[in-house]
Amino acid sequence: MTNQDTQLLKVQNLQIEGLSEDRWKPIVKGVDLTLAKGEVLGLIGESGAGKSTIGLGAMGYVRDGCRFSGGSVEFDGVDLTKADRETRRNLRSTRIAYVAQSAAASFNPAFKLINQHTEFAVRRGVMSRDEAQRDAIDLYRQLQLPNPDEIGFRYPHQVSGGQLQRAMTAMAMACRPDLIIFDEPTTALDVTTQIEVLSAIREIVEEFGTSAIYITHDLAVVAQMADRIMVLRHGNEVESADTETMLNAPQEDYTKSLWAVRSFTAEEKPEVSEDAVPVVSLKNVTAQYPSMAQPVLNDISMSFYPGRTVAVVGESGSGKSTTARSLMGLLPPISGDILLNGEPLAPQFRKRSKAELKSVQMIYQMADTALNPKQRIRDIIGRPMTYYRGLKGKALTEETRALLADIELEPDQYMNRLPSELSGGQKQRIGIARALAAAPQLVICDEVTSALDQLVAEGILRLLDKLQKEHNLAYMFITHDISTVRAIADEVVVMQHGKIVEQGPKNAIFSPPHALYTDLLLSSVPEMDPTWLDRVLADRVSEAARAYLVE
Amino acid sequence: MNGFLHELRKAPLTAQFGCVVVLLYIFVAIFAPMLAPFGESEVVGYEYEPWSAVNWLGTDSLGRDMATRMIYGARNTIGIALLTTVIAFVVGTTAGFFAAVLQGWVDQLLSRAVDVVISIPTLIFALLLLTIFGASVTSLIGVIALIYATFVYRIARAVAMGIVVMDYVEAAQVRGEGLWWIMRKEILPNAAPPLVAEFGLRFCFVFLTISGLSFLGLGIQPPAADWGSMVRENASLITFGDLTPLIPAAAIGLLTVAVNFIVDWMLHKASGLKTRGK
Amino acid sequence: MHYLIKLFIQRLALGLLTLFVVSLVIFLSIELLPGDVAQQVLGQSATPENLAAFRRELGLDQPAHSRYLEWLGGFLQGDLGNSLISGIPIWDLISERLYNTFFLAGFAALISVPLAVLLGVVAALYRDTLLDKSINVATLTAISVPEFFVGYILVWLFAVELGLFPSIANLSDDASLSDRLYRTFLPALTLTLIVTAHMMRMTRASLINLLALPYIEMARLKGASQRRLIVIHALPNAIAPIVTVIAINLAYLIVGVVIVEVVFVYPGMGQLLVDSVAKRDFTVVQTSCLLFSATYILFNLASDLISIASNPRLLHRK
Repeated sequence: MTNQDTQLLKVQNLQIEGLSEDRWKPIVKGVDLTLAKGEVLGLIGESGAGKSTIGLGAMGYVRDGCRFSGGSVEFDGVDLTKADRETRRNLRSTRIAYVAQSAAASFNPAFKLINQHTEFAVRRGVMSRDEAQRDAIDLYRQLQLPNPDEIGFRYPHQVSGGQLQRAMTAMAMACRPDLIIFDEPTTALDVTTQIEVLSAIREIVEEFGTSAIYITHDLAVVAQMADRIMVLRHGNEVESADTETMLNAPQEDYTKSLWAVRSFTAEEKPEVSEDAVPVVSLKNVTAQYPSMAQPVLNDISMSFYPGRTVAVVGESGSGKSTTARSLMGLLPPISGDILLNGEPLAPQFRKRSKAELKSVQMIYQMADTALNPKQRIRDIIGRPMTYYRGLKGKALTEETRALLADIELEPDQYMNRLPSELSGGQKQRIGIARALAAAPQLVICDEVTSALDQLVAEGILRLLDKLQKEHNLAYMFITHDISTVRAIADEVVVMQHGKIVEQGPKNAIFSPPHALYTDLLLSSVPEMDPTWLDRVLADRVSEAARAYLVE
Repeated sequence: MNGFLHELRKAPLTAQFGCVVVLLYIFVAIFAPMLAPFGESEVVGYEYEPWSAVNWLGTDSLGRDMATRMIYGARNTIGIALLTTVIAFVVGTTAGFFAAVLQGWVDQLLSRAVDVVISIPTLIFALLLLTIFGASVTSLIGVIALIYATFVYRIARAVAMGIVVMDYVEAAQVRGEGLWWIMRKEILPNAAPPLVAEFGLRFCFVFLTISGLSFLGLGIQPPAADWGSMVRENASLITFGDLTPLIPAAAIGLLTVAVNFIVDWMLHKASGLKTRGK
Repeated sequence: MHYLIKLFIQRLALGLLTLFVVSLVIFLSIELLPGDVAQQVLGQSATPENLAAFRRELGLDQPAHSRYLEWLGGFLQGDLGNSLISGIPIWDLISERLYNTFFLAGFAALISVPLAVLLGVVAALYRDTLLDKSINVATLTAISVPEFFVGYILVWLFAVELGLFPSIANLSDDASLSDRLYRTFLPALTLTLIVTAHMMRMTRASLINLLALPYIEMARLKGASQRRLIVIHALPNAIAPIVTVIAINLAYLIVGVVIVEVVFVYPGMGQLLVDSVAKRDFTVVQTSCLLFSATYILFNLASDLISIASNPRLLHRK
């Protein structure tokens, strides 16, 4: 398939090193890849796999503190690792372009979008300024940006994230390059926005026959975008094949384990009995930041029962984390009640008693910022035990050890470590342990798995499930990820714009009919099936058509 | 300590140079009476005697031994600057941490007061206060410490603000921990590295300001030996082509350069750590 | 745009308020004196009658707030009061000197600001090269030595050894501009060296901070050359930090001027201030402090306004 005539990019034995602690350490350890004209290659792997470094390396670029240490990157016959600066510069924009993860940070705040778009088309003499501007507007239209004639004349901060991401794709297309590197272009977006950006990118790449390297950690996304997939791990290639084969018949164990990740589902629990008292319940809670005109939470009611998990799901800005903050007493409600075991709880956490504070504990999304980097594990876990339960000396040590064993970390090995000496998943386990150390009734899990790689996240979910059974805990599980909800929830609360859209038992929420927004949310979650994007788009078009006909 | 020596061996030449210089100054300051050939304000000869085997650097405008006064000057000048900086840091960081943790009106009150003090040029404000309290070592230390505490406050507050937004501080607050515990256990350990570097920089500024005031005759008062005043007392020699009066000034500069080199290295290491974390 | 004008007026009002509070602090700090001004000036041996008479003369029998209003009111009308020691109207004492000081500071600023910004950009452009490293060591040394050291070294080199410039910058009232420039050259050079070093380092640092941002990497990946990267992509975003740096250093100039004036026996405000502090001439010190502070606050206000005007987020609202 990749004979000499159609081959655009040929990377051989690429090695890149990074400077760390005054020593050069390998990041990419000899990767080969080829890309034919018009082909889209998906690079997939967990964090630290070196996928971004390879993507940038394919442009002949390494970040500060990194260097090429071997191999070659041949683009259309020119080895970019050895070419002089001038040659590499002249290839960029005109023949190779880049789309970054964070469009908001990657557009220069001082210039209008369209001027950034046309900058190199004009400078490299591809077209005149007028032509380039007209072309930009055409591209904006093609990428389905609202007000294509006008949007380019705005500054980056005046345009939303999803629109900026499309504008950046348009900018990459400005000189009709042969190759575009997409570096996690939809990772920072909500699912309902992601689907629009994905379809826009795919359409335009097909239209111009552009070759692309599509970097992501999300299997379902790459299945929609790529002709061929390469799996990376620790800077090495694990395997590569065309998308169909890769999804259905992966060869390597590591790939299979990646594919199998979403298999975990907590077992169903019996219904809550009629007379059960919830551990915590919110009754018509409305909350507002003092500086804002509109309430951030509007009439929120939900209840948490021992041994059961309520998943609160929604996109960014839906108010799901704010609900947790209100419950914790960090953002006191302006109306409504919070009850603990049927008794009203002070709105302000400062006014709550020690016993009340002890009953509700929180696990944070970013374990990195949730653990004090200067405290040892024994102190991080030990403090709540001392503070709430008065444990000291030998009893404290024993309890700490038992708890570490409970979260599946070897006590002798981990007691005296600092958080920086742990992996991401281990840190999150310590976060869980700190919450459990208080012996709480309700644990709030705020996006606890979303910063983690899939395999690690799976382990955390299993652990949470085990601990729930052992300690009969109630969980409030906040997440934006539908597959996590499917795995762990008993009840589901769907939120949007600070309101509850729909709530009820998991099975009821996930089977039609849905509220309109729930439907949009559910249908926007990418699936592994490579035809998923086509199907969803087709469905939406026909629905729109039907709606139009009904009118 | 061993770890530090190990780090130092890998440090750039400038930082090693800085450490050697600082240690040398500390040594001289501590052992001044043993090292100096004469008494601090002992008159040993005629005015402005040239360099000789007895008076290594000659004598000053009153016939006191220059070398002796240089050695005692290390003790006085560095000692006072160091004490002033320590006071400024204790006051400034405590207030800064308070403002960051409590926020609200405490923060507003402290920050606005500091804004006012900072909007008066340092040296000018120092001159005003010294007019009022008179030029003595106590008022000098108090006045300069007060002024520099405002700068330290701003930095300490900013550093602490960056830490207060961390989830682990929120976790401690929601757990019910008291103010003192949060400042001591959650904030201080994490704020220490940037504040140590800042201490070096602020010491330099304090040192230069005090030397400047002494040079103007408004700082450390005679007969105490002090590098700033020594320059002023003997400056007329320069117009005769003799650079001896500039030796104390050079000594001031050398120490400041040395401290700056060390701070540079520390900051560089700190930023290196940050990029490694990513 | 309407929003911007509102923001401007807000800042202006804030600047005025600061100035007002500063004047209050300066006035009230004198009240901290043990005893009072009359006691301080006349000393322990003064008779009660003498003290009372002197207090009446100074208006000290009036309550503090009415004295403050009188002082501030006089200030606004150009009446700065009289020297406590010599009784000469303060305006006569300082008018000439004020001009001299601003002349010297302006001279130094005119050379140092463009030079420092240019050098800062060059150092950022050639980051981590030998040129950059030597500039770093040179400027670090320049900011580390006391101002008077730089001043005396220049005196020794240019006045004593080379005999090119006078070592004492005395001015006659009717000096021509060229004579003035000639005589103020060494003090101006001293100030320039110190301030340029400060300003250049800060300019370089703020540019290099910007260079680590994703949109600069993006520009690089679009094929921008190093020069284009800094001049076109980074510099427009560096206006606010650079203007702040300039304001800080202009303010620093005022402070540095005090010491440099003493070194060169230059007839400016700094010299007067130092003499007045030594003589404990409270009224002159108060007035000089207020003038210096007002200039300082003005610089900061100007830099604040320019920073606002250069921020696209404030300039082009959503």
